[in-house]
Amino acid sequence: MKRRTLIAGAAALGLHSRARAQAGRARVVFWHAMNGALNDEVNRICAAFNAAQADAEVVPVFKGTYPETLTAAIAAWRAGQAPHLVQMYEVGTGSMLAAGPAVKQTWQLIQESGIAIDPAAYIGAVRGYYSLPDGRLASMPFNSSTSVMWLNADALERAGLDPAKPPATWPEVIAAAQAVRAKSAAPTAATTSWFPWIQLEQFAAMHDLPFATKANGFEGLDTALLVNAPPFVKQLDRILAMAKEGTFRYAGRDIAPDPLFYSGEAAISFNSSGSRADIVKNAKFRWLEAPLPYDPELTAAPINSIIGGASLWTMTAPGRTPAEYKGVAQFLAFIAQPARDAEWHQNTGYVPVTLAGYEESKRQGYYDKNPGADVPIKQLTRGTVTPNSRGFRLGRMPELRNIVYEEVERALQGQQGAQAALDSVVSRGNRVLREFERANRA
Amino acid sequence: MERRTIFPGRLLPVLLAAPQIALTAVFFLWPAGQAMWFSAARQDAFGLRTEFVGFENFSDLLADPLYRDSAGRTAVFCVLVAALSMGVALLLAVFADREIRGRAAYRTLLIWPYAIAPAVAAVLWILVLHPQVGLLGRWLNRHGIAWDYRLRDAQAMSVVVLASAWKQVSYDFIFFLAGLQAIPRTVTEAARMDGARGWRRFRTITLPLLAPTVLFLLVVNLVYAAFDTFGTVQALTGGGPGKATETLVVKVYRDGVVNLDLGSSSAQSVLLMGAVIALTALQFRVLGRRSAD
Repeated sequence: MKRRTLIAGAAALGLHSRARAQAGRARVVFWHAMNGALNDEVNRICAAFNAAQADAEVVPVFKGTYPETLTAAIAAWRAGQAPHLVQMYEVGTGSMLAAGPAVKQTWQLIQESGIAIDPAAYIGAVRGYYSLPDGRLASMPFNSSTSVMWLNADALERAGLDPAKPPATWPEVIAAAQAVRAKSAAPTAATTSWFPWIQLEQFAAMHDLPFATKANGFEGLDTALLVNAPPFVKQLDRILAMAKEGTFRYAGRDIAPDPLFYSGEAAISFNSSGSRADIVKNAKFRWLEAPLPYDPELTAAPINSIIGGASLWTMTAPGRTPAEYKGVAQFLAFIAQPARDAEWHQNTGYVPVTLAGYEESKRQGYYDKNPGADVPIKQLTRGTVTPNSRGFRLGRMPELRNIVYEEVERALQGQQGAQAALDSVVSRGNRVLREFERANRA
Repeated sequence: MERRTIFPGRLLPVLLAAPQIALTAVFFLWPAGQAMWFSAARQDAFGLRTEFVGFENFSDLLADPLYRDSAGRTAVFCVLVAALSMGVALLLAVFADREIRGRAAYRTLLIWPYAIAPAVAAVLWILVLHPQVGLLGRWLNRHGIAWDYRLRDAQAMSVVVLASAWKQVSYDFIFFLAGLQAIPRTVTEAARMDGARGWRRFRTITLPLLAPTVLFLLVVNLVYAAFDTFGTVQALTGGGPGKATETLVVKVYRDGVVNLDLGSSSAQSVLLMGAVIALTALQFRVLGRRSAD
């Protein structure tokens, strides 16, 4: 019995590999970090691509969280087993750009395979983040989000505020939070997910403030943080003051605070636009999506916010054939089609990465049916992209974000003031940047 | 007298030992050697550029106040975990050693936590202690105690100590129970005849006779707390808030796997390896002396 099963299994395996060899399709391994519903969506796209042509077969593999995927890809490359395509979060971009022969940048892939992917098709804030200073695409935009302000309309109404006029500036946010607290309209007035990304990085981009020298690191590894400048101190001070008077609640790192808003406990939440799908699913109250607030003393017209999310990097390995690279390029061209981009955007809550994908969604009436779903896109495309709002090209950026968390958490506990916290961020962060510079120059 | 099997020739014994030696070489010697090499180098994440820097990674570490803080924090953490888990285990073992109904079930239940994976244990504790989701966490907040281990250093430390100690109680319990059962009844009976009552009998008879077990468990618990609690801490607090629960192993992971600073992370691993070797040597010495007595 057992032996028969074994023989049958072996035969099936043999058939399987023979079938694959007969088909002669280039096999493209795609490592990604999309779990849950997003994982299903990735699988669906890959299946659609595999069904649409006969040259290449994309095999999607879920590799864990973003940092885990990054580590796995690096370890695999060192062992000569790198995947063809890997999804890399935006803050890993600096590390991947320093990866030299480990990656084949998108412009190079386009050149070699002859498959056309036009960088100009992408939304500026998206393209900028993943491009070289001269505009050539280094990696392929895939899932991009930005951060927005989520408001619990029921709670705002209970606080005597008009949800139709969401707070646009920080003073208005503070006033709204105070009203929520005064009327006990919600247990928590305001909270934020992704503190470093939303409250400091986005703040810098929208107000056209340099976060680090050398155009946020785009122009060289010898960059240094500037995040202890007065506008940032004021921003952190504002949040510390809100925490002190009980109108802001710090609920942990990254996505840990998400449930506060979903459950209706928080009236105002700053979070990724990509949390829309979860809000649709969980929120049992009326809610709305609004642009991030700005500081009117710094600017009257905030410019584009930056993106979060991830892009796709093509990796190299010994013995990889041109046909395989061509398969990668075909897949990238496939997902860049306006219809595909629009579908991905609507099914996941990520923003469309191409202008055509946005137009397509408009044409389909998606934003009429889902009011507010275009807030992130409008925020991303607002104004002209400057060196301060292009994004970040800092090495070991995940570590920099951890440093921000640590210092802010100490400040929130009253162990230090805003200036001291950001001074620490700068001195500790610069040490990390110098380490990265040395390791990547040696 | 030791028992020995004498093999004729050399080939057979070498052949028989070979698999074990191969395993040790592949899974221990090779990675340990790599860690030593990395600890003396500065390298980018992809290994494209490597520069030999000698002991620079070590001197950087020892000069880094954050590393010293982490070492001090780890020491406090280890002592707290060892004390709590051994204390509770001893108490439970003393009670389990008595004649009570359902003793077998009671003992079996006590051993359960040991079989739970660290990350799962952490999730269970989150369900109890989380300020918004956890039963106890919500109860505390409702009763005017500002409980939020994600923002308060001392609370975070107590949470990771509690969860780590809880997992180790089972192990300690088994050893304490065995130790208690190895104490000859005649000795305790004699003490009872002489009129020594509960606590006095425990202090003057049971505890001294249990000393070898206590010593053994102390070393095991310190090693457990220092090296084996990564999963629990990572899943509960990830080292935060601030660096309040960042023990040395969490820092190795953070610097190596997340921050991709292989040189520093390897140097930390080498230092930890030294610590494990020292603790193990100590344990062998202590236990060796005991059995020689």
